[in-house]
Amino acid sequence: MSDATIVTPTPAADQVLGESDPAVKAPRRTPLSMLVPGSSNPWPGRMAFALFAIGILAVPSLMGNPSDIRQWAEWLCYAMIAVGLDIAWGYGGMLCLGQGLFFGLGAYAMGMHLSLEQVPKGSLPSFMGLYSDYTELPLLWRPFQSFWFAAAAAVLLPILISGLLGLLVFKRRIRGPFFAILTQATAVIFALLLIGNLKLTSGFNGLTGFTKIFGRNKYQPGTNKWLYTVAAIGLLVVLAIAMKVVRSRYGKLLQATRDSEDRVRFLGYDPAIVKTIGFMIAAGMAGLAGAIAAPVFGIVSPGQFDYLPSILMVCWVAVGGRGTLWGAVLGALVVNWARVTVSSARPDDWFYLQGLLFVLVLAFAPGGIAGVLRSRWQAVTSRIDRKRMQGDMTPVEATV
Amino acid sequence: MTHVLEVRGLAVEFDGFKAIDGVDFSVEQGELRFLIGPNGAGKTTLIDCITGLTRPTAGDVVFEGKSLNGLAEHRRVKLGIGRSFQTPTVFDTLTVADNLDLAEAFRSRFPRLFLRRKGVSAGVAATLERVGLADVAERPAGALSHGQKQWLEIGMLLVQEPKLLLLDEPVAGMSPQERLDTGALLHELAGEHTVVVIEHDMAFLRRFAHTVTVLHEGKIISEGSVDKVQSDPIVREVYLGRSRDERSGQVKEPAAAGGRRGKS
Repeated sequence: MSDATIVTPTPAADQVLGESDPAVKAPRRTPLSMLVPGSSNPWPGRMAFALFAIGILAVPSLMGNPSDIRQWAEWLCYAMIAVGLDIAWGYGGMLCLGQGLFFGLGAYAMGMHLSLEQVPKGSLPSFMGLYSDYTELPLLWRPFQSFWFAAAAAVLLPILISGLLGLLVFKRRIRGPFFAILTQATAVIFALLLIGNLKLTSGFNGLTGFTKIFGRNKYQPGTNKWLYTVAAIGLLVVLAIAMKVVRSRYGKLLQATRDSEDRVRFLGYDPAIVKTIGFMIAAGMAGLAGAIAAPVFGIVSPGQFDYLPSILMVCWVAVGGRGTLWGAVLGALVVNWARVTVSSARPDDWFYLQGLLFVLVLAFAPGGIAGVLRSRWQAVTSRIDRKRMQGDMTPVEATV
Repeated sequence: MTHVLEVRGLAVEFDGFKAIDGVDFSVEQGELRFLIGPNGAGKTTLIDCITGLTRPTAGDVVFEGKSLNGLAEHRRVKLGIGRSFQTPTVFDTLTVADNLDLAEAFRSRFPRLFLRRKGVSAGVAATLERVGLADVAERPAGALSHGQKQWLEIGMLLVQEPKLLLLDEPVAGMSPQERLDTGALLHELAGEHTVVVIEHDMAFLRRFAHTVTVLHEGKIISEGSVDKVQSDPIVREVYLGRSRDERSGQVKEPAAAGGRRGKS
């Protein structure tokens, strides 16, 4: 924390440091209850980010079982989707029930590259021998021989499609449940297209058999750990971008648009553009998550990306706490951890439990886990704040 | 032409109901114009047409010699037409300074929007002082009192420096002192800006209005100085006669009320 980076008039780091330093008796200290990520003070968020970064990068060394590490890598990809979805839904009020579309586009883009990596250069992916009479690589598949093309497509394709879809929908002032249903329909259409084009996509079975992953053998001991690190870095990048976005003017504008679209219009902004950009950011993040998830899953198939998984993604954000980025991350990790834990013990019960969880959160804790944590923190600290304020008052009176 | 705003032959029909029925209305540069009329007279609808919220069935709105027909709301704002709403709509979750900052940033290039607000700009700081919200700048707007929200709403309008300000009942719900302050502010603004105010409050009107336009059932029935309008028999009949604020005794309540009943 160098002092040069401190910006006025947002409460500064010296006040935060002042908490532990009795020599610094600033008359206006930041109340402890304000020290939560996402408040006007950026430091709690930055500290949380640093701790989280250390935490998730340390996870693999705490675990011996490579399949656990693979599991965690998957959850981190889900967290990336949740962060993006939180920008669109939590901050922008766009309930997108079709985020699986963008996740799937990313996963298929990378999956196509991985399929080609399994066979000698220039030859067809193995499923094409079964389902098609292609003699050479179809045009659609050719550019995916390049890793960089696949990686760029995984992020840019969702951004492009969400941009077009967003403009089309938001310019016509379609919102609320209509938008939700529309996005859900696009996810269904995407899955149907994948299933229908058996020759190109291997249909319902999806792309499988990624034993070579970017030059590494899947069964090599270090590969899972390496994939985990990629996912962790991906999530940190996504989170850092998301934190920048929600703190920026644009982030405030997005929240303003969520709360009153008409007022924003009469401030001279086009809400359709504001919302479309938020939707594109969310789509790009889901695309990146898909690209990293493809080698982690080891398979990409339509069932992973249609409407049901898309709804679950919304569920993660709701349970974690929409409107807070940490809530979204927490939600994705906690819900998926619970899913794996519960369904390995009682496979049939998870479905009901999940529904119950969703309903309970919506009914009793609309702020999700993050909302509950925040209000607890504020309840505890506001008492301390009051005491400190009284403490600050007395010496002042004494000197007068 | 000195007319900043010209409305020609404007008509608005909602399912057969004529909210506005052939209105010609013009405002000169720097003028402070009050728009009055009973409920349902079409005042807000007229403002809605000027700002683009409502599409007129017929007629034309011309701003600085340019027709606004078919122009989206936010484009009209960019041309310099600002409006406030009857119920203040400020962004409750954002701070007061953020509210003003967003209002000010509407002209800025897009990349600038992706930066974090650092401190407050000179324009925002000046507006905070002007509307008396400097002390609560970093508080969420949702924590403000009703009157303060009204001021913030006016501040968000001012910081955009519109050429034409359209205010829909700016003093509704304000304390007497706040009303006086608002009236003074309106006078300060007129001249440099052109201001159109919808107001119900007759005491406020008599104190601060120069020129008044009276709307009734979608038509303009009178226009001129406060005195002229007040002594206009038709205006008395349809409007002043049944105004609860009318305590001056100039108008005989029973007669006016009777007249109204006879008419409808």
